[in-house]
Amino acid sequence: MSTFTSRLQDNRHALGIVFMVPAALVLLVFLTYPLGLGTWLGFTDAKIGRPGVFIGIENFEYLWGDAVTRLALFNTLFYTFVASVIKFALGLWLALILNKHLPFKAFFRAIVLLPFIVPTALSAIAFWWIYDSQFSIISWTLMRMGLISEYIDFLGQPWHARFATIAANIWRGVPFVAITLLAGLQTISPSYYEAASLDGASPWQQFRHVTLPLLTPIIAVVMTFSVLFTFTDFQLIYVLTRGGPLNATHLMATLSFQRAISGGSLGEGAAIATAMVPFLLAAIMVSYFGLQRRAWQQGGSDK
Amino acid sequence: MSTTVASDAPRVADTEGMNYLVSLPRRVVTVYVPLALFLIVLLFPFYWMVITTFKPNEELLSREGNPFWVINPTLAHVKKLLFDTAYPDWLWNTVLISVVATALSLFCSVLAAYAIERLRFRGSRYVGMSIFLAYLVPPSILFIPLATVVYKLQLFDTRLALILTYPTFLIPFCTWLLMGYFKSIPFELEECALIDGASRWQILVKIILPLAVPGLISAGIFAFTLSWNEFIYALTFVSSSEVKTVPVGVVTELVEGDVYHWGSLMAGALLGSLPVAVLYSFFVEYYVSGLTGAVKE
Repeated sequence: MSTFTSRLQDNRHALGIVFMVPAALVLLVFLTYPLGLGTWLGFTDAKIGRPGVFIGIENFEYLWGDAVTRLALFNTLFYTFVASVIKFALGLWLALILNKHLPFKAFFRAIVLLPFIVPTALSAIAFWWIYDSQFSIISWTLMRMGLISEYIDFLGQPWHARFATIAANIWRGVPFVAITLLAGLQTISPSYYEAASLDGASPWQQFRHVTLPLLTPIIAVVMTFSVLFTFTDFQLIYVLTRGGPLNATHLMATLSFQRAISGGSLGEGAAIATAMVPFLLAAIMVSYFGLQRRAWQQGGSDK
Repeated sequence: MSTTVASDAPRVADTEGMNYLVSLPRRVVTVYVPLALFLIVLLFPFYWMVITTFKPNEELLSREGNPFWVINPTLAHVKKLLFDTAYPDWLWNTVLISVVATALSLFCSVLAAYAIERLRFRGSRYVGMSIFLAYLVPPSILFIPLATVVYKLQLFDTRLALILTYPTFLIPFCTWLLMGYFKSIPFELEECALIDGASRWQILVKIILPLAVPGLISAGIFAFTLSWNEFIYALTFVSSSEVKTVPVGVVTELVEGDVYHWGSLMAGALLGSLPVAVLYSFFVEYYVSGLTGAVKE
């Protein structure tokens, strides 16, 4: 028996490594290596077709003094913050609605998720048309209702464009937040609510003291993903505004694309991308530690 | 994962809860009206795509009449899209790239997830953690160095470039998802098979995989839609029209100068969205369990 298990043990470790080979090969060549290379490129003056030399933190120094980069950083933080907060509020609200006893609940849940599953670039095209300066359906409707006197130039003015792109991002992100939070809500036993209402808790108190604490771990994970997606957003901006007008909607991702691929300055673009990493790590850390605490509070084990 | 699996099933009969205490008018205001508003806003862009696709140009470019409806529906935009542009090529590329990238990723992920979750080889915990971290690496910080890698491997402007780079986000996702599914399969089944002399490969193929079919479908559907929707790699690594995918083709080639052909643009967006929407409608449950399964844990 002992030879059998020891052979199995040996076998297990060796086989484990063998089974990891295909995934490891792809990920090391196309993920780990580029990740390292990207950081390195950020410290070089590489251009397309010319391998760069190490120039220290020159790129970062230049970018720090560059008004457009600063604006892009501001835009990214603004975009992420506003869009995430609204996505969370609307997503939670929609999840609470869908968690009520509804006829055709499965059907509603299915169509709610549609904006999330269709290609963002293609739905962004639809938004582009909806935001058109001459034929916008929103402007048409508001005109007819007598609320505005001339068509709104949604994508032509800095603040209009910022809020228009944020609205499109929210449209796409709310379904994700709602459906994942709904899955969390469905794990909360109705008996808590029964107990709470027998004790005279108002609906708000039930939400505040039953729903919210039990939902916190999932909220932490969902919002981390949401913040991650929003902070690194590219397609929506690329399709709707390409960063304009006057760079008012440039995000870090679109700016790094513009500098590196359109402009050819790989090093500079890579430096912008590298500068995004600390923010992403911060977001992950916040959620990770928030999550840990809650799992422990609920009497959960290490996982 | 384990908590949700345990608590999903028995509560179904209980969902009514104390709803009978809430009067109908109150429900209309707190539930049905907001729900209707949400649905209108979430679905309007799709309605608008459809309407625009079938609208003749005169109606599109007129501010008179009711823009919410089509008076003389036309197929001209669809016809233009299918016969005067490279759209059919883009569709074919997208299908081909998505299918191959998904299959490749599933193959790698099944082996990796089985090794991490069931073989528990030395260091598998750390490998599992790094898979999760890899899942968090966004494509928008990876595309610049990846472009140089693709270029060096002489894959630039080929379908293979996309087939090989899409797994960078598909493998971590699928592996993570499958690890959850494999975890729920009892170890006893595997032990019985081992005692009966089955090899690890036989166990994987004949015991684990058949039991993990729902997980495989979830991972497959999800990976397919992720590949179909991918944009930044396809935009960066491909430049010839005949190699482009639908999202990139529509955005870069259908926009000619300042004249926007809204009809064919919307037709392109609609046709490019339909395949994933149809696939999704058949597998909603699998998709949702993939989405929520990947987020929980």
